[in-house]
Amino acid sequence: MTSISNIKKQTSKIKIILLVILFYIVLQLLMSAQIINPYWQQIICYAGVMTISALGLNLIYGFTGQFSLGHAAFFGIGAYTSAFIIKSANFSNPLLLIIGLIAGCILAGIIALLIGLPILRLRSDYLAIATLGFGIIVKVLFDNADAVFPVLGGSRGMVGIPQLTTFTWVLVIVILAVLILRNLINSAPGRALVSVREDEIASEAVGVNTTKYKTLGFVIGSMFAGIAGALYAHLYAFLHPQNFDFLKSIDVLLIVVLGGMASISGTLIAAVVWVLILEGLRVVLPEAVLDWRLVIYPLLLILIMIFKPTGIFGGKEFKFLHYGDKNE
Amino acid sequence: MWLKIENLSVSYGMIKALNNISFELKQGEIVTLIGANGAGKTTVLNTISGLIKPNQGTIIFNQKNILNFAAHKIAGLGIAHVPEGRKPFPNLSVYENLRLGAYLSNDKDFITQGLSKVFKSFPRLHERIKQPAGTLSGGELQMLAMARGLVSQPNLLMLDEPSMGLSPILVNEIFNIIKDINSSGTSILLVEQNANMALNIASRAYVLETGKITLEGNACDLLNDPRVKSAYLGE
Ligand SMILES: Nc1ncnc2c1ncn2[C@@H]1O[C@H](COP(=O)(O)OP(=O)(O)O)[C@@H](O)[C@H]1O
Ligand SMILES: [Mg+2]
Repeated sequence: MTSISNIKKQTSKIKIILLVILFYIVLQLLMSAQIINPYWQQIICYAGVMTISALGLNLIYGFTGQFSLGHAAFFGIGAYTSAFIIKSANFSNPLLLIIGLIAGCILAGIIALLIGLPILRLRSDYLAIATLGFGIIVKVLFDNADAVFPVLGGSRGMVGIPQLTTFTWVLVIVILAVLILRNLINSAPGRALVSVREDEIASEAVGVNTTKYKTLGFVIGSMFAGIAGALYAHLYAFLHPQNFDFLKSIDVLLIVVLGGMASISGTLIAAVVWVLILEGLRVVLPEAVLDWRLVIYPLLLILIMIFKPTGIFGGKEFKFLHYGDKNE
Repeated sequence: MWLKIENLSVSYGMIKALNNISFELKQGEIVTLIGANGAGKTTVLNTISGLIKPNQGTIIFNQKNILNFAAHKIAGLGIAHVPEGRKPFPNLSVYENLRLGAYLSNDKDFITQGLSKVFKSFPRLHERIKQPAGTLSGGELQMLAMARGLVSQPNLLMLDEPSMGLSPILVNEIFNIIKDINSSGTSILLVEQNANMALNIASRAYVLETGKITLEGNACDLLNDPRVKSAYLGE
């Protein structure tokens, strides 16, 4: 690699960092000046939360090729774990949110590991079935959680969760998620992940431990969901099992497919657009029309599959997400 | 013996694909396994490379019984498998495919050496280094599949029907490359339906028929064997 291209890379890196800081300062100013009102502040944060979760699913489905239908369950596990800890300990300092975030992230990861290890040994799509069942079980557990831990509220929902999620927290975690995913995908383990998606047999034949890498993708992706869920819990201060049912998993799946499989850029755009449009519609349209979502979603999926099966970005990335030179 | 397969039997559920087969390969040899469609050739290679677990038998490689090794462990012993039907990763570039071939190595110099060897054998791949594998022609795909197996500089290269679906000129080219690879020190286990080509470059050969080895011997003897001639050489 020549030094000139090195310098170019350095300057474009600095440009991106400056742009992100500028974006942060502008939004933060607009928010504290109330030009962006608290309602929209929450929506912007929610867009970030969905971005993190969807990046996780893209790692599992887009990059590794494993079909998980239980993403919302991992999101919910992160949410309830963090809410439980922070509320029980009565933390009110936004910095202490880190404890909830880490706990939610790690528990989601451990559970994904326990599910993934036995199932991902198999070469077929059993993960979809297993995670579908898992999602339903988790929802039932949330519904009845108050029997063991009254504070979780069960089917009445959990209230009074300290509202610690700030725009700063969300943005920091989004950036971390993007960086982790980008660096992972462009490393040797990342190539192994993608090779599993491309052709599992050939991947094993070149010496990739496919079970290990499928599990790795699944666990890290579910950890993204867990941390996103934790942010979500402390954004709305209220959790209800309904927020983590099967349909929520489909929401995330739609974002991944819309944005483009195996495209970080696509997921970033699709998640933000998705949340903003959904909320925008809520302002414009009456609630009754919104129920048609369940008709519109599958239609949308079918239309994407017919006209642009690779999604908006399908495997392509913004320049700043390229990492190193693919030919070294 | 360097690679020794003994009494190997494999079933897919109720279907018996291999029935008590034994064969061997000396270091430096080209040994070919010929047989018609469905004879069990692919099953043999998949079993050696650990993709399929056999019901019984032993597979000795370098004095180790590797029968119960996981596929990635077997690849680590220097056995490279080029699967049937040319299987490069279609959405990855030629370069990324080759890097995956050396997946088990962390040694940069070793990888660079492997890559330059491979480009010497397959200059055409060098010209297409950034191209997604899915856009290569059939012959180039076969070259990439073989190259991917060779980057790791294996001791044993197992090829599953490299001539499948290629024009006669390309088949010639591929077989010449196989000979070159062998003369630079890599042992080769070649599975083929194209018995004529395979017997011409191999030193020894085995004939596989519905899961059993029915004939074995020096390749040139089998080329002149009337049974082989009528069944596999179309004479
Ligand atoms: N995955 C499988 N499931 C069931 N039967 C199989 C499978 N793969 C191969 N077979 C059967 O095993 C036998 C040997 O197949 P194979 O090894 O692919 O033969 P060849 O490579 O010589 O054409 C065939 O009868 C085939 O139908
Ligand atoms: Mg075959």
